Amino acid sequence: MSNEAIAHRDVLRVDSLPDDGKLTVQLLRSAFHSSWMWWPLFLLSGALALLFVVAMAVTISRGIGSWGNNIPVGWAYGITDFVWWIGIGHAGTFISAFLLLLGQHWRASINRLAEAMTIFALVNASLFPVLHLGRPWFFYWLVPYPATTGVWPNFRSSLPWDVAAVTAYFLVSLMFFYLGMLPDLASARDSAASRTRKRIYGVLALGWRGRSSEWRHFRATYLLLGGIATPLVISVHSIVSLDFAITQLPGWHSSIFPPYFVVGAIFSGLALLLMLMLPIRSVFRLHDLITERHLENIAKLMLATGTILGYSYLCEAFGAWYSGDQFERFAMLVARPFGPYGVLFWLMTLANVASPQLFWWKKMRVQPVVLWLVGLIVFAGMWLERFVIIAGSLTRDFLPSSWQDFVPTWIDWSLLLGSIGLFLFLFLAFLRWMPFIPISEIKRLRYEMVQAGPERSA
Amino acid sequence: MSDSVLAEFASAQSMMATLPRLREARFSHLETFTPFDIPGLPEALDERRSPIGWIALAGGVAGVLLGYGIQWWADVRGYPLNVGGRPVHASPAFTVATVETAMLCAAGAAFIGTLILLRFPRLWAREDEVDGFERASIDRFWIEVHSIDSQYEADKASRLLKAGGALRVLPLSGGSAFTAHGGAGGAI
Repeated sequence: MSNEAIAHRDVLRVDSLPDDGKLTVQLLRSAFHSSWMWWPLFLLSGALALLFVVAMAVTISRGIGSWGNNIPVGWAYGITDFVWWIGIGHAGTFISAFLLLLGQHWRASINRLAEAMTIFALVNASLFPVLHLGRPWFFYWLVPYPATTGVWPNFRSSLPWDVAAVTAYFLVSLMFFYLGMLPDLASARDSAASRTRKRIYGVLALGWRGRSSEWRHFRATYLLLGGIATPLVISVHSIVSLDFAITQLPGWHSSIFPPYFVVGAIFSGLALLLMLMLPIRSVFRLHDLITERHLENIAKLMLATGTILGYSYLCEAFGAWYSGDQFERFAMLVARPFGPYGVLFWLMTLANVASPQLFWWKKMRVQPVVLWLVGLIVFAGMWLERFVIIAGSLTRDFLPSSWQDFVPTWIDWSLLLGSIGLFLFLFLAFLRWMPFIPISEIKRLRYEMVQAGPERSA
Repeated sequence: MSDSVLAEFASAQSMMATLPRLREARFSHLETFTPFDIPGLPEALDERRSPIGWIALAGGVAGVLLGYGIQWWADVRGYPLNVGGRPVHASPAFTVATVETAMLCAAGAAFIGTLILLRFPRLWAREDEVDGFERASIDRFWIEVHSIDSQYEADKASRLLKAGGALRVLPLSGGSAFTAHGGAGGAI
C-alpha cells in the first residue's frame, strides 16, 4: 500500500457513493427542499434566540445591574459565556485549517460544518463582552479611531488585545469559510431549478466556473488562509487567557493559562462538533461520507485534548502549592475544591477529565450514542470550567471581609440559554440553505482514491 | 471563424489524458473548467505559480507597520498614560495586537487579491451561453483551446479533442476574456 492509499483508508465509502451528478443532487437536496423536521426545530431555536434578544434589551436598558454580578464578582456569566463560546469556535479552525496543512484528507467531509460552527460561535462570543461593557453603545471606544476627545485605548492593557484578536479571528474565519464555499455555491447555482434561486446562488458564487485559473489562485489562497488561521487560532485563546493570567488574582495568575486555554478550547469545540455532526449524519444519511473513521478520529482527538486538560488542572494545583504563596495555596487547594463552587469543580473534573477516558476503547469511539453523550457532558463541563475559574476565583479574593458569593439572575440564565438558541437558529438556517458538505472536495477525494485504487487492492 | 474551441468530457481521466496531446500539438493556450481541483492539473497545463503568496506577504508587512504604528502613536504621542511609571513605549505589550493585525491584513490581502485577480464578481462569461455548460460545476469536464485563427488549426484541435473522447466539440466566438499566460483574469 502506498502512503497515499494509507492516508485515504476508510475516509469515504467509495464503492457505495453515487456518481458525481447524483452526489451533487443528494448533497444539495436540503438546500432546495425543506423537511418536516426542520421547521419545528427552526422555530424553537428562534424562540430561544428571541429570549436572547429580550435579555439583551433588558441588559441594555437597565444596565448590568440586572445581572447577578457584584463586587468582588465583577466577571461572572458574561465573561464565562464569552470564553466558552470563543473556545468552541477553535475546533472548527483546528479541523479545517490545521488538518489542511497536515494533509489529513478525512477533514473533507466535516470541515464545512466545523467552519460554520466557528462563525456562529464567534457571533455569540463577540456579543458578551460588548454587553458587559455596561454601555454597549460606546463599544467603538475600544477601537483606536481619531476622536476629538484625544483619548486613545491603552494597548498595555489586555482588553484591547482581545478586540484585535477576536476581530482578526472572526474576519479570517469568515474569509476562509466563504472562499472554500465558492465552488459549492456554483454547484448550487447550476443545479437550482428556479430563476430566483439561480440568481441568489449565482451572486453568492461570484461567478465561479471552475476555470483552471480560478483553481490556480483558489488553491494558493486557500492554503495560505489555512496557514494564517492555524497560528491565529493558537494566538486567540492565548490572548483571551492573558486577560486572566496577567492579573494578580490567585487562581488566575498563572503562566500555564495560554496552552491550558487553547487545549480546552479545542476540546469543547470538538464536543459541540460531535453533537451537531452525529444527528446530521443520521438525518441526511451521510454514512458513506462521514464514516467510522471520522468518529474515531474525533474521539481520539477528544481523548488527547481531555487528558492534556486533566494534566493542566494538576499543574495548576501543583504550581499553586509549589509557589508557597498562601493566597495561591488557599485559592487552588481549599477554595476551589471545597469552597462555595466545590461541587461544580468536581463535576467539571468528572466531565472533562474522566468522561473522555471512555475513548480508550474502540467500541466506544465508534458508538454514536456514546459519542453524543460524551459531547454533551464535555460541552457542559467546559462551561463549568470557565465558571469555576472566573466566579470561583473572584468570590474568594485576598480579603475575607470582601468575600461574596455569586447568584445568577433570570437575565443571566436567559443570556446563556438564548445564546445557545441563536447559535442553533443560525446553524439551522445554514443547514437549510447552504451546501454544508464540501461537495467539490468530496469529488476530488473520490477521484484521488480511485486513482490510487489499483495499489489499494495490491 | 471561431477564436476558440470548447469540448466536453464525461470524466476527469479522459480530460486529463487529452491535455498532453494538445500540448504536444503546440496548442499552448488551454483552459479547463472542472467541478473540482484535479490533482496534476497545474502540471498538465504548465501553469505558473499564483502570485497570491507575495500579495499576502505585502499585506502582512503593511499590517505589522499599521498595527505597531497605531499603537505607538496612540500610547506614546496621542495619549501617553503614566501607569506606575512604566514606559509608555511598551514593545512586548504592543506585539500582541501587532501580530493579530499582521495576520488579518495578510489574509485580507490574499482574499481581496484573489477576487481582483479573478475579476470577481463576474456573473457572465461567454461559455455560459453554451447549452449544458452548467454541468462544469457538477460532473462534466471542459477544455477550451484558445486563439485558433485558421480553419486548419480549429479542425486539428477538434480532431484531437474528439480522439481524446470528447462528448461534443463546439466552436466559440465573441469577446474572449483569455489573456496570453495567466488564463482568464490572471493577467499578472
